[in-house]
Amino acid sequence: MGITSKPVVFAILSAAVILIGTTVTVFIPLFMPSTQPVSAYIKPYTAVEQEGRDIYMREGCNNCHTQTVRPLRTEVLRYGEYSKPEEFAYDRPFLWGSKRTGPDLNRVGGKYPDSWHYTHFKRPQGMFEKSNMPPYFWLAKNRLDTSYSFKKTTVLGYGYTEAMVKQQLEEYRAKVADENYPSKESRNVVTPPELRKELTEMDALVAYVQKLGRDVKSIEKNQ
Amino acid sequence: MSDGGYNYRVVRGFAFSALFWLLVGLAVGLWIAFEMFNPALNLTPWLSFGRLRVVHTNGMGLGFSLAAIFAATYYMLQRLTRTPIAFPRLAQAHLYLFNTVLALGALSLFAGMNTTKEYAELEWPIDIGVVIFWVMFAINVFGTLIKRQEKQMYISLWYIIAMTVAIAILYIVNNLEVPISLFKSYTIYSGANDANVEWWYGHNVVGFIFTVPILAMFYYFLPKVSNLPIYSHRLSIVSFWSLNFAYLWTGAHHLMLSPLPEWLQTVAMGFSLFMIAPSWGSVVNGYYTLNGNWDQMRTNYLVKFFIAGITFYGLQTLQGPLQGLRTLSAFFHYTDWVPGHVHMGTMGWVTMIISASFYYMIPRIYDREIYSVKLANIHFWLMMVGQIVWTSAMWIAGIQQGAMWKATNPDGSLMYNFLDTVASLYPYYQIRFGAGVIFFVGILIFAWNLVMTVRQKQEPGKASPSIL
Repeated sequence: MGITSKPVVFAILSAAVILIGTTVTVFIPLFMPSTQPVSAYIKPYTAVEQEGRDIYMREGCNNCHTQTVRPLRTEVLRYGEYSKPEEFAYDRPFLWGSKRTGPDLNRVGGKYPDSWHYTHFKRPQGMFEKSNMPPYFWLAKNRLDTSYSFKKTTVLGYGYTEAMVKQQLEEYRAKVADENYPSKESRNVVTPPELRKELTEMDALVAYVQKLGRDVKSIEKNQ
Repeated sequence: MSDGGYNYRVVRGFAFSALFWLLVGLAVGLWIAFEMFNPALNLTPWLSFGRLRVVHTNGMGLGFSLAAIFAATYYMLQRLTRTPIAFPRLAQAHLYLFNTVLALGALSLFAGMNTTKEYAELEWPIDIGVVIFWVMFAINVFGTLIKRQEKQMYISLWYIIAMTVAIAILYIVNNLEVPISLFKSYTIYSGANDANVEWWYGHNVVGFIFTVPILAMFYYFLPKVSNLPIYSHRLSIVSFWSLNFAYLWTGAHHLMLSPLPEWLQTVAMGFSLFMIAPSWGSVVNGYYTLNGNWDQMRTNYLVKFFIAGITFYGLQTLQGPLQGLRTLSAFFHYTDWVPGHVHMGTMGWVTMIISASFYYMIPRIYDREIYSVKLANIHFWLMMVGQIVWTSAMWIAGIQQGAMWKATNPDGSLMYNFLDTVASLYPYYQIRFGAGVIFFVGILIFAWNLVMTVRQKQEPGKASPSIL
């Protein structure tokens, strides 16, 4: 009787049925402007921020933190302006997350000084006794591996030359290693002496977290 | 080798691999459940929550579930086609490669090689391994189907074909990535598109691993166990095709109120509601199969597993479409309600059906009786109680969390800061851990029962075991 005695035809038909919804809701939208809007205000990540983003991914921060503020009154009140699609044009992968064990981070950039983040990453319970976030003090003991930084920014299409990547890394290193770096004390508490003049994984993670939502905030400021 | 020249070696291999990954996955699950209320357990980088959570989800989804599905598929495939596996050595290689890939996958996740796309966290070299073992599996499925002795393909075989095709498409499309090094890659999609592709995958990988092949087991083993034919063949045809058609449209209900275009969210919402129909088609088919024979719930220990399982499947497929509605998603999304939802499906439906299928299958392929029906009953009740307490605790926690997030003072300001909401959930997290322990004990009994079944002395001249 019919296709139930023809396995290959059955499989082809099955694939065809599966591909209808897939084509309409996934394949076609891939090429629609509404899923890939761009904005001149949204800048790609610097090499340091991208390295920080990779550490965020490596440690699975997305398991507990979202990066999308929804257009809901209390959510905007709690986190700030709701998220727009163009903000994520450079995000490969997206890191919107699916669970808020911790707060949303899409607007966290610039909310606190770097020193806050160094102290918090070191041991979140030191700052908030009842927090259940894991400690990340050990990130400051790891020298940042920048050997793939140029390749990464190239693959991601940020349009930096190798010299620009080197300069970005060096500028950020100089900033955090500087005697007058405002967050020097907190950084020194977690960073071992031999790494204080270099870039650590925690430096990159702080740079990344401070980038989140910063471009949007600068638009608001200009208005 | 046993009756009819069927190859049961690979079935055994996958069945005990499934048990192994189940125990590993649950142990990791308990560890992270404890970390949720006591962060001191984040002892080392590789024991930190962010890394361990993906070991749990991948270990259970790709490890336990897939291994169990492969075991049951190789068993059902041979019985339903009356044909031994087409390429037995390929099947054996599939078993070895599967476990190698899973072990390397677990190690790589411990090490932080994580693409962060949910349920697709494995890096590209591991992805290639997954694709290779899937192709090996597909060759055997279609090879055996083409050589089959039994002309008609039973319902379970339709579901197996659909899974084989769908998982291949889903896995490859969502995992297209550009390697940076052996351990790092970036997806080819960006931003909203990446989110859309990922949740099309994320939702349907659940559909075609946690639903479709489990339904194949349900449709095969329930009639076997109860000795009753499936109530309606026509209903199963309608359910099958409508489920296959509608499932793929629903991924964006995971992205309600996100920056994804609104029409995609709304389409997903509509199809999610529609999905109640095919899902309940199977539920009704299961219930009516027992029509007039409900005494088997008392007299036949395995029937109760299947009926409890399909009941949780029915509840799951009502709860899912409802929490996917935009208004309800606004409240429930991102809260602990969602893990509650997921675990009703995995603990109450998937593990329940797989357990019962193994209780039926293992004694048969070893040609002996189950070691202890009494232990199987204890296992059933521990799983049941563990799951209900686990999920109820998370649903209540989720409602509380959602309400606290949106609570405002009379002047319109927020009533609670985020940390208040975290601290208020600890009692529920503790209850959840306790419930997890109960469930885990049930699974230990399950494993013990199967191991003892295999190890007990075979009674000479014993025919195929009876059900009761």
